[in-house]
Parts: sequence; C-alpha cells; structure tokens
Amino acid sequence: MKIVIIKYNAGNIRSVANAIARLGYEAEITDDEAKIRAADRVIFPGVGEAGTTMKYLREHGLDKLICSLTQPILGICLGMQLMCSHSEEGDTDCLGIFDVPVKRFQLPQHNPNNLKIPQMGWNVIENCKAPLFSTEQNGKYVYFVHSYYVPLCDYTAAETEHVVRYSSALHRNNFYATQFHPEKSGDVGECILSNFLNL
Amino acid sequence: MIAKRIIPCLDIRGGQVVKGINFVGIKEVGDPVELGAQYARDGADELVFLDITASHEGRKTFSELVERIARHINIPFTVGGGISELADADKLLSAGADKISLNSAAVRRPELIDEMAHSFGSQFVVAAIDARFDENGEWVVTVNGGRIPTEKRLFTWAYEAQERGAGEILFTSMNHDGTKNGFANEALAKLSEELSIPIIASGGAGKMEHFRDVFTIGKADAGLAASIFHYGEIAIQDLKNYLRAEHISVR
Repeated sequence: MKIVIIKYNAGNIRSVANAIARLGYEAEITDDEAKIRAADRVIFPGVGEAGTTMKYLREHGLDKLICSLTQPILGICLGMQLMCSHSEEGDTDCLGIFDVPVKRFQLPQHNPNNLKIPQMGWNVIENCKAPLFSTEQNGKYVYFVHSYYVPLCDYTAAETEHVVRYSSALHRNNFYATQFHPEKSGDVGECILSNFLNL
Repeated sequence: MIAKRIIPCLDIRGGQVVKGINFVGIKEVGDPVELGAQYARDGADELVFLDITASHEGRKTFSELVERIARHINIPFTVGGGISELADADKLLSAGADKISLNSAAVRRPELIDEMAHSFGSQFVVAAIDARFDENGEWVVTVNGGRIPTEKRLFTWAYEAQERGAGEILFTSMNHDGTKNGFANEALAKLSEELSIPIIASGGAGKMEHFRDVFTIGKADAGLAASIFHYGEIAIQDLKNYLRAEHISVR
C-alpha cells in the first residue's frame, strides 16, 4: 500500500510517519502532486496556525489538489479544521470539504471544573461511527491539543465534550478527519489509524 | 471530560536514565526508550525527558535519543534541559519531540518564549518555572536548578509566560521537591485560577493522596513525579485506579 503524508509548513509531521511505521507500513512525506494523486491513502496532518497554513497551501497549489483527491484521505487536528469552510483563527477561508465553520473555545464565566484553553490532554470520543471507528473505540480516551473546534454537524463521526459538545471526527465520502492526534493516542490511536489504512 | 494527566519525568545523562529504576523484566534498566515505553504501557499520559548533561557531546546524544523515543513511544513527550536557542528547539522538533520545556533561558531572556511560540506554535512550548517560597512570604523564581534566586515572582512570571505564548506551565516548588510531603497546592490553585492555560504540578509527590489533593485542592491539570515512579513506590495503574475511586477523571 502506498501511503503519503502531505508535506507543508506544519510541525511534527514526523510523528505521523513514525506511527505508520509502528503499524508495519511505510509512509512518504511529500508535496509532489503526482505522488499524492497516485497514493492509496493520503494523510493531511497539521500543527500550526490556520491563516498562514492556508496561505501556504494556496501558494503551492495544494488546496485544489486536496479537494480533488478521490482516494481515502485523513485530516488530523489543524488538517481537519482546514478541511472545513471557514475558521475563526485569523478569520480564514478554508478548503470547504466539510460545510461547517471552525470556532474558538470560549471559557464560561462559571468554570467549576477549571477547564483550560487550549484543551491539552486526553478526552473521550463518543457516538463513534464506522468505518473510521470500530465499536471498541467508543468511549475511549485519545489525545487532543487545540483551541478551536468544529461544532456538531451532519458529518460528525465522533463527539467529545470540552466546554461544549463538538465534532472530534468528521466523515464525508472519501474525506475523513480527526481533531485528536491518533499518532499520539497510544494503542487506541493506532487502532484508528489502522482502521483508516484498512478502509 | 478531559482527564487529569499523570506524567513521569526521566532525567537523562549521556543517553541513560540517571536515577535507579525498579521495573521488573527490563534488562537494561537505564535505557530511556525502554523505560518510557514501559511507562506508556502502564498508563502514563505523557512523558518528560530532561537532559541534565552540560557538554556538547551530551547534547548530540540527546537529540539522537529523542529520535529513538519518537519512533517507539506512542504517547506525547516533552524534552527539556538547557534549551536556549531556536536552533536547539528546531533540532528537537525535527527529531520528533512534541513539546520542549524552557526554564532558565526564558527567565534570562523572556522573548525566547515569543520566538519559540511564533516559530513552532504555543502547543510546543512549556514554560518550566522553579520557585521557592521565601521568608518574606514571596514565591521567588529561581534558575540553575533552584540554586540562584532571581528578581521574578512566580505569579507574574507565569502570567507573562502565558501572554508571551507558552502553551502550558510546569511549576516546581523547590520547597516541596524531594520532600514527598505533597504538592504546593495553595500556589497551584492560585496559578490555575489566574491563568487560562494548563498547569503541570511538580515537586512533593510521595503518596497517592498527594495526587488526589493536587487535582482537587491544587486544581492542577497534570501531576509530574520522578522518584516515586522510578523506584516503584507507586505503580501508575494503581494510582489511576485510586484516583478513579476518588471521582477524579483519569484515562
């Protein structure tokens, strides 16, 4: 199986490649259009800021490329947010694969559980939907780092609660996305990555 | 709800874990990758690796080690110790570190936090603060492992670090560190209420009850400890079970 990780100005892409390697596959990190189009699976990772990242994607033609892909593609964290229509982070127009906006967490006045922004740490995923998830992952903890979130919508494939109940995964046709980092989510995360590779 | 995190901290010198360790079934007891993997299997939520080597040679060994850790460990990890330039951090990010902790270098040159957050994102930057409660009733920020007091005070410096772009605060109370008498809960609660970013508590863990207290009274988001985990005094899975029974949300 040919797996590519889209290379762009995002942090720690290496860790996704490491996780794929632990599953016994090899992933190539590339921004070469032909290689990305020819891949069986595409991973669109991301740690960074929405505005500068979208600008980079447009300048390198990666925005149109990502939208036109037909094989299964998995957006992770910022990758998922960039697949939505618009982000409050830097008032940024995004790829529009999922017709839903990205919002910033707002801490409530009354905050008895001392919730923090960013949400940094392990939280549960619920109402997990096939095929990205199998029943074993429902209610399990995965690792999140984010200050912006995608509200619940028609594409929600998993739900999590932090300040509000929001989409921790999305799915539409060949496009899959997780707000959490499966590559950093222990055995549970590796199962989810494995589900994606075995779609 | 988001879980409270338990974080073992490993001190590294010359590529080896410094403190003696008590795990059963591990041959090379000093190997950070094996130990880290064992902690991950036992239910640790994150790991911190602190490079306590001073030499240039040691630094190179450390970044090679970080690469090995990133390949083998499937939970997030922070690396720290002597990071003072963007180039240091860039090397560690490329090697696969999820976060870096900045300590003395940020106290000496606070702009370092802005530069790191701007270049790599706030999620990558942990501001580590060692402070001592002095006889005048003030929390004095110290550097060089607590040996040198500075002009900075804990609460104002922590707030400044947040405003400059740190994603988390790792606060070690030098009064509590090594005592095994519990964490600095009063100061921690004040930090947690005044700041919007997560607080990692360090210094003073000796019993499982101390972790319950640091999460309930100290309102910390994560508890960090070294020796009680290394010497097998508390097993992470037992600690998680205990905290769950105390109605604290853990993974």
